[in-house]
Amino acid sequence: MPTRSETLACAAGLRALFEAQGAALVEPPILQPADTLLELYGEDIRARAYVTSDALRGEQMLRPDFTVPVVQMHMREGAEPARYTYAGEVFRRQEHDPSRANEYIQVGYEVFDRTDPAAADAEVFALIAAGLKNLPVAPVTGDIGVLMAAVEGLNTTARRKHALMRHIWRPRRFRGLLERFAGRTPVPPTRAALLAGEAPKGAPLVGLRSAAEIDARVAALREDAAADPISARDVDLIEVLLEVRETMPNALSRLHDLAVDLPSIAPAVARVAAREKALQARGVNTGDLIFEASYGRASMEYYDGFVFGFRAETRPDLPAIASGGRYDALTRQLGQGDEIPAVGGVMRPGLMLLLEGKA
Amino acid sequence: MTLKLGVPSKGRLMEKTFEWFGARGITLQRTGNEREYAGAVEGIDNVSLILLSAGEIPRELAAGRIHLGVTGTDLVREKLALWDQLVEPLEELQFGHADLIIAVPQAWVDVDTLDDLDAAAAAFRQHHGFRMRIATKYHRLVREFLRSGGVADYALVDSQGATEGTVKNETAEAVADITSSGETLRANHLKILSDGLVLQSQATLWRSRMAEMSDLDRKTLGEINRRLG
Repeated sequence: MPTRSETLACAAGLRALFEAQGAALVEPPILQPADTLLELYGEDIRARAYVTSDALRGEQMLRPDFTVPVVQMHMREGAEPARYTYAGEVFRRQEHDPSRANEYIQVGYEVFDRTDPAAADAEVFALIAAGLKNLPVAPVTGDIGVLMAAVEGLNTTARRKHALMRHIWRPRRFRGLLERFAGRTPVPPTRAALLAGEAPKGAPLVGLRSAAEIDARVAALREDAAADPISARDVDLIEVLLEVRETMPNALSRLHDLAVDLPSIAPAVARVAAREKALQARGVNTGDLIFEASYGRASMEYYDGFVFGFRAETRPDLPAIASGGRYDALTRQLGQGDEIPAVGGVMRPGLMLLLEGKA
Repeated sequence: MTLKLGVPSKGRLMEKTFEWFGARGITLQRTGNEREYAGAVEGIDNVSLILLSAGEIPRELAAGRIHLGVTGTDLVREKLALWDQLVEPLEELQFGHADLIIAVPQAWVDVDTLDDLDAAAAAFRQHHGFRMRIATKYHRLVREFLRSGGVADYALVDSQGATEGTVKNETAEAVADITSSGETLRANHLKILSDGLVLQSQATLWRSRMAEMSDLDRKTLGEINRRLG
């Protein structure tokens, strides 16, 4: 195991690499107000981050990542365009796997730039790839935006699309909803009774959720029951899309084929193609680069476009050695009316040294 | 060294535990006055009785400060991550039955499943500007259950007692709590979601995997196991 000082030295070297690209060094506090993170991630963040509290400031969290505080700082006071770097500890609860570190050093690079998103994606990916040098790691890329565009283009109600969008990052729930909207799941008996007007009546209403809210949902359920199911063809197309896992040129030709049947994904596919060009311009060999359409859905909730990760080829048990992606929507959520396209990535020097020692 | 047996220090759970051991020829007794948490054991050698709050027994087992302990499945699973590496269930005691469930107001005719709860939570958040609150003291269990059920847009609020009342008091919209008969739920106009069973719990005798044992302790444990049948 690398020592802490070895890890810090490695982190300083990586940070210098990003500073040489003109990135400003930022050092957000370790203790972050809990409400921002809770608002963004909901209750799930409590399973991933350490929460602490005092009587004066209330709940605070040990930073689980740097991205959120860096976005907040940029949206508050940053000039455009901007590049930032940082190095320091992040803290993650690990209640299911004692072999995963609950505190480790992260070095990151974040780009806030409106001019050319494809170039910014390629810049972050290529710099991180350069930082990983000759380590035995294999990159995977993806793009959540393609799936989002496919959902947006489904021939169904706005309400169903919204429900699917909400669960883009929860693959199992997403599939469950898709099956239900396609009429492939039996209607629960209580739902059938409700729709038939046979719901039990007369219970006194307690709590904050009002009768009007209940009526509105019942009306929505009736409307949904009356709507046509999502066609088998559309469900199949989504499934085919989610199964795309090829080298970038092959994946792009699959995506172009799919765009004939799913025209709504065409602009997102064009962005993937533009990114391929930008990556090539940065010297990345995209002929070998894997594109996986479902990559990054399970664990990276704020990414909504390009996503990437580098995994250790010889150590599949290790988490990603580096990872990142585009999070335009996060800047909108934290920007109080403002927004800016943003992309970034993080590296784990501790894991890098571990791999180096093995090589 | 003696084999340390942790037992809930008061109430029905203590009495039923004493009865259960008594039926197996092991007499447990509180000694001293009402307020003094001291105990005595008869009918078996080399066992000492430690009276503890039921909620603290999982922690004491995990730390190896007691060898055996009686407490509910719910408390072990809530308080101990990777519980099966720390403790082993020796025997279910067939009392203290309770289900950890998710309940919502009966008047929510549109909500019967987790799927409904998730949809209602999304609409609630949009309407009220904050997440639907679920009152509970079982944070970990409930969070994991709701996550695997795909429920988002909720927030857990801590409630250490009278949880069913939080809905009427408008400090929560739903509850996740222990129930045995469901009577308190009904009295508070709440209903259990049809797929809202988080965990079935009962009083259980646990063995700590962490406590050190002498040869004599091992022999004593063997004797206890023999009496359990």
